[in-house]
Amino acid sequence: MRINYYGFRAIYLHEMDRFRRTLLQSLISPVLSTSLYFIVFGSVIGNYVQNIDGISYGSYIVPGLIMLTLLTQSISNTSFGIFFPKFNGSLYEILAAPISTFEMVLAFVGAGATKTLIIGAVILATSNFFVEVSILHPLLMIFLLVLVAFTFALFGFLIGLLSSNFEQMSIIPTLVITPMVFLGGSLYSLDMLPPFWQMVTYFNPVVYLINGLRFAFYGASDFNIWISIASMIFFLVLCISVVAYVLKKGYTIKS
Amino acid sequence: MSEDLISINNLSKTYKNGLKALNNVSLNIKKGEILAMLGPNGAGKTTLISIICGIVTPSSGKVNVDGFDIINDYRQTRSKIGLVPQELTLENFETVFNNVSFTRGLYGKAPDPKYIETVLKKLSLWDKKDNILRQLSGGMKRRVLIAKALSHKPSILFLDEPTAGVDVELRKDMWKSVEALRESGVTIILTTHYIEEAEAIADRVAVINNGEIIVVDQKKDLLNKMGRKKLRIDLHEKTDTIPESLSKYDLELSGNKLSLTYSYDTQKQRTGITNLLQDIRDQGLKLKDLKTEESTLEKIFVTLVKENNEN
Repeated sequence: MRINYYGFRAIYLHEMDRFRRTLLQSLISPVLSTSLYFIVFGSVIGNYVQNIDGISYGSYIVPGLIMLTLLTQSISNTSFGIFFPKFNGSLYEILAAPISTFEMVLAFVGAGATKTLIIGAVILATSNFFVEVSILHPLLMIFLLVLVAFTFALFGFLIGLLSSNFEQMSIIPTLVITPMVFLGGSLYSLDMLPPFWQMVTYFNPVVYLINGLRFAFYGASDFNIWISIASMIFFLVLCISVVAYVLKKGYTIKS
Repeated sequence: MSEDLISINNLSKTYKNGLKALNNVSLNIKKGEILAMLGPNGAGKTTLISIICGIVTPSSGKVNVDGFDIINDYRQTRSKIGLVPQELTLENFETVFNNVSFTRGLYGKAPDPKYIETVLKKLSLWDKKDNILRQLSGGMKRRVLIAKALSHKPSILFLDEPTAGVDVELRKDMWKSVEALRESGVTIILTTHYIEEAEAIADRVAVINNGEIIVVDQKKDLLNKMGRKKLRIDLHEKTDTIPESLSKYDLELSGNKLSLTYSYDTQKQRTGITNLLQDIRDQGLKLKDLKTEESTLEKIFVTLVKENNEN
């Protein structure tokens, strides 16, 4: 057995099955909350905000809201996926199985990313009910969505590995990711900020992700698209390195 | 039954907190046998099993399974092993069938609903196949753990306290299942607190204490070598003291002064019973009844652990 395909498949399908079992929590909840954003920010407040880069405010916030969902969902799906078997002890059978660490991580992260992409696609479809959405570079959009979903699913895997209780697991998505997305230009253009806060925002990596996706949608961005892509790849490589190091050390899962 | 299937050489494990769980353990496990590992809590039994299965990393030493190294050839070794853990660690929101199928997949086997059906039927779980795990009793969950361990047809089965918290009837059912598995060629290693369990089903017994193997032997040989028998001699009338001429037999007088107990070694050619009975008669003591009692594995185990702790 050079590659444990069935082992990978078992973990992947098992995780996807959990998604199906918790459909209300996994799918309907993010769709509902994003719809509320469109109603409040897009339709109500948006009517009082002038066009940004020639795009109506409601349409302008679509990439930012998709990115918000993508980041929070990919982190929570995968962190829960690895934390739960660690918490209830059933992780022993994955550790005792003839499956490589790479195959195991790929299965968890692949499932987390798949779930997130499904949610992202549903939100994109939902946004069409509220605002007009055009996609200038569809292939670039797919590439960026897949890259972000995998990268942050991997980041979520890391959080799940390092967390020793449910509270720790929710700290980063709640206290770090959500503020970074809101302060990362998801609902506004950086040009609207005073120069000092613009400078501060340049240190927020999520800014580059949102702008990258906005470029794929409307061809409008505060940065060059390659800066966005490079920052995503940098974060992906960083996550791969840290996860590989943590798993090699066996931290929290293997004595 | 002479080929070594698992060979453990100078295996040691020290955890990060400094606990030395295993100290230079060497042990060979033969193909097709049932080996019972006995030992008090914290003796190192679960650590030993966990290392062989790949859950715990050894500090030093080597383990080969069917000629393959557990670290370098982990795919080959792990695919031969099934593990029933001590704790009821299950995905409680999945159905029995999916749970067992999941484990089969993890071990690199293609889905085989027919085989899963056979395993579940053998363990009387078929009518529960669609139940989610949290709806099952503790005993049923224990059976599910066994079904999971058997889902990929392992040639080696580790049972870590398989009957802990299981009622007597189910425990005996499990013994029958274990025996049936052995007959089908599966090598079984079990840890247990129930010495009665080891006595009933094991071929060999390894006693482990403070991370070291104190003794490994055939169960029968262990009983023969270390087993002492006791002969209880009930008397018709009370005797206040043991007569001087009987002192060489090291007899014990019971509290009610109505019986004498004589301990003897079953391995010796002459047990001394004939002479003892003759001498008792010569002393004018009248015999009422004779009873013999054999040492159980439990008594041997307690003695061995006690001696090891004193040393």
